Amino acid sequence: MRATTSILPLSLDGVALEIDGRLLLAVERAEIRKGRRTVVLGPNGAGKTLFLKLCHGLIRPTAGRIAFAGDHADRRHAMVFQKPVMLRRSVEANLTHALGLAGLGFFERRRRATEVLATFGLADLARRPARVLSGGEQQRLAIARAASVDPELLFLDEPASALDPSATRRIEDLLGELHAGGLTWVMTTHDLAQARRLADDVLFFHGGRLLEAAPAETFFTAPGTEEARAFLESRLFW
Amino acid sequence: MNGADVPTTILRSLAGFADPAFLGIVLLSLKVTLSAVGLAGLVGFPLGAALALGRFPGRGLVIVVVNAFMGLPPVVAGLAVFLLLSRSGPFGGLGLLFTPGAMMVAQFVLVLPIIVALTRQTIEDLWIEYRDQLTSMGADRLRAIPTLLWDARFSLVTTLLAGLGRASAEVGAILIVGGNIAGFTRTMTTAIALETSKGDLPLALGLGAVLMTLTFTINGLAFSVSRLGARYAG
Ligand SMILES: Nc1ncnc2c1ncn2[C@@H]1O[C@H](COP(=O)(O)OP(=O)(O)O)[C@@H](O)[C@H]1O
Ligand SMILES: [Mg+2]
Repeated sequence: MRATTSILPLSLDGVALEIDGRLLLAVERAEIRKGRRTVVLGPNGAGKTLFLKLCHGLIRPTAGRIAFAGDHADRRHAMVFQKPVMLRRSVEANLTHALGLAGLGFFERRRRATEVLATFGLADLARRPARVLSGGEQQRLAIARAASVDPELLFLDEPASALDPSATRRIEDLLGELHAGGLTWVMTTHDLAQARRLADDVLFFHGGRLLEAAPAETFFTAPGTEEARAFLESRLFW
Repeated sequence: MNGADVPTTILRSLAGFADPAFLGIVLLSLKVTLSAVGLAGLVGFPLGAALALGRFPGRGLVIVVVNAFMGLPPVVAGLAVFLLLSRSGPFGGLGLLFTPGAMMVAQFVLVLPIIVALTRQTIEDLWIEYRDQLTSMGADRLRAIPTLLWDARFSLVTTLLAGLGRASAEVGAILIVGGNIAGFTRTMTTAIALETSKGDLPLALGLGAVLMTLTFTINGLAFSVSRLGARYAG
């Protein structure tokens, strides 16, 4: 898909995040591998969002190392937030703005936006104000906006948690297409069924700790911790 | 009031609206106030945003000072501008004193703190909402400023109106630096002050009515435009 060297795998080593003396997140070892669909799973408050923000570089860990392969100065990873901020502009302007920040020139921005609108089925909505779109449409725009800058790795924080089943289905299909197109993504969810549908690899968090990192088959058939077993049997309380 | 009741007086004065002297006063007032507020917006919006996002020692103090200057008494601002522009002052060479330009400067000084302070608050609040998203997309604080200003545009209209209110109602500063010279620096507010003290209440009332009408019209227009826009952009 691209000629440049890969930023993957992303590896975390002895990572800890402490705020006001409270240990909020601890990840002894983890790796995000190229081409694998990684699902970050865990109950509410498990630390999934913090994990994504750490990986994406929005928060610095207080200990440990988060390292991309190679020595890339440029950021080839993007993030879709749980509540994406839609700029108070049209759908198209939301795209051109992101492309502008990514360094594209005036005309190139417009050309690429048109392309992305078509790819993501947003062409009919191009002139609509982004903030009046439905939840599903906004989420699609948020993914389109993050993917428009051609990242190699995409983080998604509960991209379907606020959507109805059919909109959720569309987002999951879209993630499938992006993966088929060569994009590696990492998404968080607390939805077990969704994790089963989508995951190649699972990172299971509980109480701010990464408790398990395993291929999906392994995790779902032979979980290694009591917490994971409890979560899989839906009897984990927090 | 020589027997004439107030509504009739106002109507009579409004009829005198066609009078070139009267019209001149109204137009000069509009010109001075609108350009002062416009310039203050041009300077104040980026300055307010920079203050919202900037991190430098003494930032808290600057914010307190700017906030305090929102309540700067117009006569004090007028006096300061007067000293700066007077023949022996640092900007005396410009020959601005007792011209519409001096009045513009005085109102600019009065309005700027309001615009900077309110913009700072608006942009700081918006930054809390936008911060992660913009940072994720690669914007640093400097690059975020134009984005935030544009996305806050409907709130900033209200900021501009607050400035406009202060400028158009103000008489102390422009009286000092403009001198209330008939046909040259006489505005609605200075004329009202003068005519009232001379006892020509009908003219003062007429001017007052025009001033109120203009204020309502401008605010109404701005409100509708920004309401419509906000509804459109969400
Ligand atoms: N900035 C912060 N300061 C203090 N505590 C935080 C902060 N951000 C998150 N937390 C806490 O860290 C824990 C994990 O949060 P989060 O990653 O959002 O969980 P999840 O996304 O799995 O629901 C929660 O208990 C939350 O209250
Ligand atoms: Mg979360």
